[in-house]
Amino acid sequence: MGKVTGFMEFERLSEANLPVTDRVKNYKEFVLHLTDDQAKVQGARCMDCGIPFCTTGCPVNNIIPDWNDLVYQQDWKGAIDVLHSTNNFPEFTGRICPAPCEAACTLNINDDAVGIKSIEHAIIDKAWENNWVVPQPPAHKTGKKIAIVGSGPAGMAAAQQLARAGHNVVVFEKETRVGGLLRYGIPDFKFEKSHIDRRVEQMEAEGVEFRVNHIVGENVSAEDLSKDFDAVILAGGAENPRDLPVTGRELEGVHFAMDFLRPQNKVVAGDTVPNQIMATNKHVVVIGGGDTGSDCVGTSNRHGAVSITQFEVMPQPPEKEDKIWYGQTGRLSSALQAHTKKAVTVTGRSPRKN
Amino acid sequence: MGSGMPEQQGLYSPSNERDACGLGFVAHIKGKKSHQIVQQGLQILANLTHRGATGYDPKLGDGAGILIQMPDAFMRKEATKLGINLPAVGSYACGTAFLPQTKNGREACESIVARIIHEEAQTLLGWRDVPRDNSNIAQAAKDVEPVMRQVLIGRGENVADQNTFERKLFVIRKRIEHEVRALKLEDSAQFYFPSLSSKTIIYKGMLLANEVGIYYKDLQDEDMVSALALVHQRFSTNTFPAWDLAHPFRMIAHNGEINTVQGNINWMAARHESMRSALMGEDLEKLWPLIVEGQSDSAAFDNALELLVAGGYSLPHAMMMLIPEAWSNESANKLMDDDRRAFYEYHAALMEPWDGPAAVAFTDGTTIGATLDRNGLRPARYLLTDDDHVMMASEMGVLTFPEEKIIKKWRLQPGKMLLINLEEGRIIDDAEIKKSLAEAKPYKAWIEKTRYSLADLPKIDVQSSMASSLLDTQQAFGYTQEDVKFVMQPMIANGEEASGSMGNDSALSVLSNKPKIIYNYFKQLFAQVTNPPIDPIREELVMSLVTFIGPKPNLLAIDETNPPMRLEASQPVLTLVELEQLRAIDTLTENQYRALTLDMTYPVSEGTTGMGAAVEAICIAASKAVRDGYNLLILSDRAISKDRLAIPALLATSATHQSLVRAGLRTSAGLVVDTGSAREVHHFALLGGYGAEAVCPWLAFQTIADMVKGDTYEANKNFIKAISKGLHKVMSKMGISTYQSYCGAQIFEAIGLNTPFIQKYFTGTATHIEGIGLEEVSTESFNLHKAAFGDDPVLANALDAGGEYAYRIRGEEHMWTPDSIAKLQHATRTGEASTYKEYAKLINDQSLRHMTLRSLFEIKSSGAPVPLAEVESAKGIVKRFATGAMSLGSISTEAHATLAIAMNRIGGKSNTGEGGEDPKRFIPVAKASSMAEVIGASLIERDIPLQAGDSMRSKIKQVASGRFGVTAEYLANADQIQIKMAQGAKPGEGGQLPGHKVSPYIAQLRFSVPGVGLISPPPHHDIYSIEDLAQLIHDLKNANPKADISVKLVSETGIGTVAAGVAKAKSDHIVVAGHDGGTGASPISSIKHAGTPWELGLAETQQTLVLNQLRGRIKLQVDGQMKTGRDVLIGALLGADEFGFATAPLVVEGCIMMRKCHLNTCPVGVATQDPELRKRFTGQPEHVVNYFFFIAEEVRELMAEMGIRKFNDLIGRADLLDMQKGIDHWKLAGLDFSKIFHQPKVDQSVSLFNNDVQDHGLKNALDNQVIVLAKPALEKGEKVIIDLPITNTNRTFGTMLSNQVATIYGNAGLPDDTISIKLKGTAGQSFAAFLAHGISIELTGEGNDYVGKGLCGGRIVIKPPVAFRGVAHENVIAGNTVMFGATTGESYFRGVAGERFCVRNSGASAVVEGVGNHGCEYMTGGTVVVLGQTGLNFAAGMSGGVAYVFDEDGMFNKRCNMTMVSLEKVAVASTFTPGSINHLNQADETTLLALIDKHIAYTGSERAQALRADWENARSKFIKVMPNEYKRALNELAAAKKEAA
Repeated sequence: MGKVTGFMEFERLSEANLPVTDRVKNYKEFVLHLTDDQAKVQGARCMDCGIPFCTTGCPVNNIIPDWNDLVYQQDWKGAIDVLHSTNNFPEFTGRICPAPCEAACTLNINDDAVGIKSIEHAIIDKAWENNWVVPQPPAHKTGKKIAIVGSGPAGMAAAQQLARAGHNVVVFEKETRVGGLLRYGIPDFKFEKSHIDRRVEQMEAEGVEFRVNHIVGENVSAEDLSKDFDAVILAGGAENPRDLPVTGRELEGVHFAMDFLRPQNKVVAGDTVPNQIMATNKHVVVIGGGDTGSDCVGTSNRHGAVSITQFEVMPQPPEKEDKIWYGQTGRLSSALQAHTKKAVTVTGRSPRKN
Repeated sequence: MGSGMPEQQGLYSPSNERDACGLGFVAHIKGKKSHQIVQQGLQILANLTHRGATGYDPKLGDGAGILIQMPDAFMRKEATKLGINLPAVGSYACGTAFLPQTKNGREACESIVARIIHEEAQTLLGWRDVPRDNSNIAQAAKDVEPVMRQVLIGRGENVADQNTFERKLFVIRKRIEHEVRALKLEDSAQFYFPSLSSKTIIYKGMLLANEVGIYYKDLQDEDMVSALALVHQRFSTNTFPAWDLAHPFRMIAHNGEINTVQGNINWMAARHESMRSALMGEDLEKLWPLIVEGQSDSAAFDNALELLVAGGYSLPHAMMMLIPEAWSNESANKLMDDDRRAFYEYHAALMEPWDGPAAVAFTDGTTIGATLDRNGLRPARYLLTDDDHVMMASEMGVLTFPEEKIIKKWRLQPGKMLLINLEEGRIIDDAEIKKSLAEAKPYKAWIEKTRYSLADLPKIDVQSSMASSLLDTQQAFGYTQEDVKFVMQPMIANGEEASGSMGNDSALSVLSNKPKIIYNYFKQLFAQVTNPPIDPIREELVMSLVTFIGPKPNLLAIDETNPPMRLEASQPVLTLVELEQLRAIDTLTENQYRALTLDMTYPVSEGTTGMGAAVEAICIAASKAVRDGYNLLILSDRAISKDRLAIPALLATSATHQSLVRAGLRTSAGLVVDTGSAREVHHFALLGGYGAEAVCPWLAFQTIADMVKGDTYEANKNFIKAISKGLHKVMSKMGISTYQSYCGAQIFEAIGLNTPFIQKYFTGTATHIEGIGLEEVSTESFNLHKAAFGDDPVLANALDAGGEYAYRIRGEEHMWTPDSIAKLQHATRTGEASTYKEYAKLINDQSLRHMTLRSLFEIKSSGAPVPLAEVESAKGIVKRFATGAMSLGSISTEAHATLAIAMNRIGGKSNTGEGGEDPKRFIPVAKASSMAEVIGASLIERDIPLQAGDSMRSKIKQVASGRFGVTAEYLANADQIQIKMAQGAKPGEGGQLPGHKVSPYIAQLRFSVPGVGLISPPPHHDIYSIEDLAQLIHDLKNANPKADISVKLVSETGIGTVAAGVAKAKSDHIVVAGHDGGTGASPISSIKHAGTPWELGLAETQQTLVLNQLRGRIKLQVDGQMKTGRDVLIGALLGADEFGFATAPLVVEGCIMMRKCHLNTCPVGVATQDPELRKRFTGQPEHVVNYFFFIAEEVRELMAEMGIRKFNDLIGRADLLDMQKGIDHWKLAGLDFSKIFHQPKVDQSVSLFNNDVQDHGLKNALDNQVIVLAKPALEKGEKVIIDLPITNTNRTFGTMLSNQVATIYGNAGLPDDTISIKLKGTAGQSFAAFLAHGISIELTGEGNDYVGKGLCGGRIVIKPPVAFRGVAHENVIAGNTVMFGATTGESYFRGVAGERFCVRNSGASAVVEGVGNHGCEYMTGGTVVVLGQTGLNFAAGMSGGVAYVFDEDGMFNKRCNMTMVSLEKVAVASTFTPGSINHLNQADETTLLALIDKHIAYTGSERAQALRADWENARSKFIKVMPNEYKRALNELAAAKKEAA
């Protein structure tokens, strides 16, 4: 287990960011992963709790203490094996997960949580660098056919597991590229899309077939799916935005986030998008202080907005949190992470009330 | 009417009966017979009364008796009256028969007796009725009182001499016993022959000790003469009258307990086929079954001894075989000569030791003697007079002789023997007996000629051959990630088992949904109360893992000239190479051995139902192999593969072992197990315990090879070392010291295996709740096998997560989950009852996840629901709650004191734990202040406000084996004093507080040096037996007559009988702890595999106490993973008055189950001493108060639903519990809780709950007089001088007086010599225990055991009377365990003290003229001067203080345990630089001389004067025993001082 007294000796170290002035000029990722030594020290902070609340906090139940320890031991190969045992795509979560594990971390009760996400990030990047992420085609084929509708992270993970178990898997995707909202909803400065492409390559080698531009219900019929396949998984995601029915909602220039973010992602990918919504030279108001809100702030910045004002309904988090702790329930991560100097956030204000 | 013992019912079983006691003998060395000897024997009995016990009826004793030589004149006189003409003395025998009360039964028995005497060609001379006076015996004893008749038998013509006659009488008696038993008479249990001999006669029964001479009128007859009298007073754990269980038996009287008795009985049975006797010839066969099941351990031992003697061994020879000295550990016992060692080694192959604490007095009528177990765990003192009398007894003072007649006062030493041959008319001392026996035959040459040592055999290459991948194979054997990470990794890295903490909250195996290997269904048994665990580290000299692999020689081959070969290994874990050596043993030993490997796997295609046949096939093959001449069987599961399933190795091993035992073939072959399943200590212990002589864990070695990737030599060595150490621990926690007697001893109980399965494969093992059988066991194996070789993606690259030791998603279920902890903390911090209910639901509703037995209980109504308002108030209920014993040391001051404040606010009780308590906390808080204000700001990291009326005083003061901080003041400030016999997390084990945790504050509270590690020994060194516990209870009651005395036990099978014994030992309170509790650090196998759930232990305790009619006089408390009101309610229904909580209140204080208590890194400031971490503590007394009220309210709601208003009406109502209906689960279907829910049928008047008190008998104490005389001192501080006589029945003298001093004056006490007491005589046990400062006692005479126990400031002087003619320093002046746990004060003994002098002394000084074994063990402070020889193992575990030993013969370094100390010379005082750091900060010579001079002044010691007269010479022979840790601490102090300067 890490280092017995590590949490008392070492401070939490967040991953380094590229300077703001550099990063707003492009859509490249600006978060750097930890160096080996940094990761070792951060791994040493893990206490290997008798009850690892992080594991429960983690939606995929990553076995966090184990890989923290392996990183501390600098057994990176071991670490990626444990990490991959619960998580097909740690490079996705290591970049864009809101890390409820860290909120649940025992050390977070009265200290700074272990930098779990940054360690995860470091592990998978190391694995790619060392070519440890390789196709794992099944030894035997079962002869069963499975259709998966939707190629977002859920669809991809299901496809990979089923293919490795020996089934013939076909993934149907309505867009021209695989990845769903992961590809189209998250800006590249947070998550470069080459990560998805690498995985697609791996999965194709494992026997997964991707059929893009296939919209089930339009150019593929449900009947055909049930006829041609032994099983169908619906992994279509949730693309309906939540509306804000307030006075003025109907005015021009009020957009859903996805209508703003999706075109920009396509442009970054090299597509041409007609009539793209641009924030260039505009005063921008972002409603919502979560991840999507921050994506809009970052994108507006890169467009060259004159000013950006963000509304957040939750109160300003205190300087030092009062961490009487009620388990993994009841705490939101404060995701004001993509902010740059140009953004102003007004917390505790709901547009509904104003 | 049976024998008086109730039938097996519920959880009570008569087989758990234990006894211990007092014994003694008196004899005329020259064999002069007199009636006086008989009367002296009876006198000893009367004076040993306090070592026995009485039941609910003060007249109901546990049994007593006397053995004497055949009183020929008396017999002849009586025979003449009956018209019988007796032949010459020696040619007739008399047997006292206990006969059934019914005429039919009696006549049936008598006719069998007559017929068999005739068939064996002896003459029945006639019968004589034994005249008795039963007017004063208890009704219960009277109810089952047998009819007693003596049968007189004349020697037949076929019998050559008296010894042959005796042999014949033995055969006759065995045959009679067998035939009477076969009759199955309703009252045949009453039939019994106390004795049938031409040499001796026994009078015994269910009598009080002083009643024996009254009840048996014969004993009053002047013609009743004997040259010896052997007497015994029994203290049994139950009160059920059993006439036959009284001692003496035919050849022995025994004080102690044989821990390995089940194995010994099995091994005796196993010899049946192979045993031959030249002397017995065909008669030998008539003896079987030699040892009948269901007798006491002493009776079984007596049977074995009779056989050996009948087979031709002399009595001392036979005793040396049954209870050998510790011989195998050459490094620890450097003084034994080679011949004697060879004698023991030779006989070790013949007979496994009957192991356990024992003082056994034995006689055949012409010799009488006694021997002591290898560790000296029972007291035995003796004296010789100038008129040829010898008297031996458990304590001195039981029979007084004029001092001027006494020429020697000595004691029996560990493993030693005292023998008196009345025919030769002399005493033969240990050295002579053993020398003559050891040299009688060329044992050494034989050993050298016939011994193959496994280590010396030629090495053989090993081909690694695994049919499948390592991972698949591991999975098939149920390996988890935790096995590798938590279990094996620490073993291969450090050579020892890993530690864990916070107990066990995961599911019992039978309730678990995870596949469990069969090992997990067995729990290790452990010693508590009736026998002591051993410290396998500090007392290593008695431990041995030597194992003999292969056939055992004929036990009765006394005329052997060409002994068979033997194969020895130093410990039972075999490497891969050694296993190959065994396979090829024929070629390596020139065909002396023939090995056969039997395959433990079978085709998967045969399915789960195939396992029974497969096991059967192995058993058949094994028997056939032995008959075919193979003498080494190897059970192997290496053939495991995708297609072949491994039978659980434990199942195959036990089945094979037992089938060979039954066939009488077991001793003809060795049994070795080669299995992939064994990987942790528990597995090896089980395999050994069920018959394996050695085990090769082949897969563990493959796993290690995979883990270390490289040279595995060190890792393998460490693994074996860790297993060996672990085995030592497992054995020693039961008080067993040799693997040889552990092997096959079955020291386990099963939880969740059904009776048919246990009966068939693990015969004799206790199992109480039924559960799964062979089919489910094989299903579990199949499930594992299928998963291993299947395509489960989770198991494709990794082992199963496990989750036993830490909570893991996908792992084993735990009660403490993220959710339950969060809800409990939230509820208690906010006071929200609704959140508490959510928490309670998570714990109580285990409908889907079953973890505890109680999760399957259903609570029934006793009537219509009652309104909540009518139910007893929560305020009343919370008074029944206590927090667990957690020491300040294990948890922080803040966490510790917070619990105390909370418990005092609600009227419950908090517990100090083992670590003393700051006297500042004893004072009630008068006005609002804070913890820091009271205790001191520098000692508190996180302050807690206090209200007026608060108190931080823990009502329960714990007294544990280390006695840390136990002073008269500490005890005086208790409402309850708790003796910790065992703790749930690691019953039978000690502990260690490493030096880095001993802060100055903790050191101060524990009277030790900061930075010096502290060891808690596994046993209390003043409790080796039930009567010792009774003595400690008495001591503590004297130390605080107002406090209740409590004894904490851990649940295991047999706890009920132990508890009954404890109740008879006058405990006011008993705690039954579950196996799962415990916050301290303990080895992980102990957390998981020792002890049982409290539901079982509590129910058994309640049932047995009620059966014994003892329940009313004690309070019963239960603890172990208590979490909710439902837990409390179930505890009450099963019989608890009170409830202990430990983990849950800690969680309320902020604990989040890190399970890192042992690392001092608790991140929430609860279980740590780190000041930085303690700042993070957030607990509040209010939170804890909230918690207990939530619990109480939940209880009330449940009571209202059940229709019960008063809490007392719940207690013991097990009839209101039932098993939950409709549980559909393949493993749970077979469970049966009816034994738990059993209610004994007793009279209405017998209480089910506490409603009475114990009578401690303090009224008669001598201290009452002393306190009156000392009034001027106590009240005004005036000096008083008191003169009194004293005898051995005046026990615990001076302690009540000390309590008065400590109550008024605290630990500082009175000024020196304020109360000065002069006594004459032999003091009873625990003389001057907890003697307070200002009291000085001078005793002219002698002391018994425990003199100066817990001495805290007073002065003790003991010197022999002037009239005594012996040389003081060559005679014993005080018994065993003197000055145990002393903290301050001084003592001077002009004479030799027994074993374990100054154990755990932490600050007192003592001068003595010689000591026994284990002197200064675990000492942490103080100064000891020994002016004569010490015994072995001096200074074991000594970490502080200094001993100065006068090493006259220059051999001290061989007697000293050098593990923790170094030996230095005593430098001349002039070389000492004043002001430099040293022990007591003065020159050693100064310290030493001061003490010697005081010794002369107080005792007039001639020895000391002689040394003083020739001081320069004497000084050079003094050795300073300096603990390394203490030296380091002093050096650090010196360095710090230098730096400061």
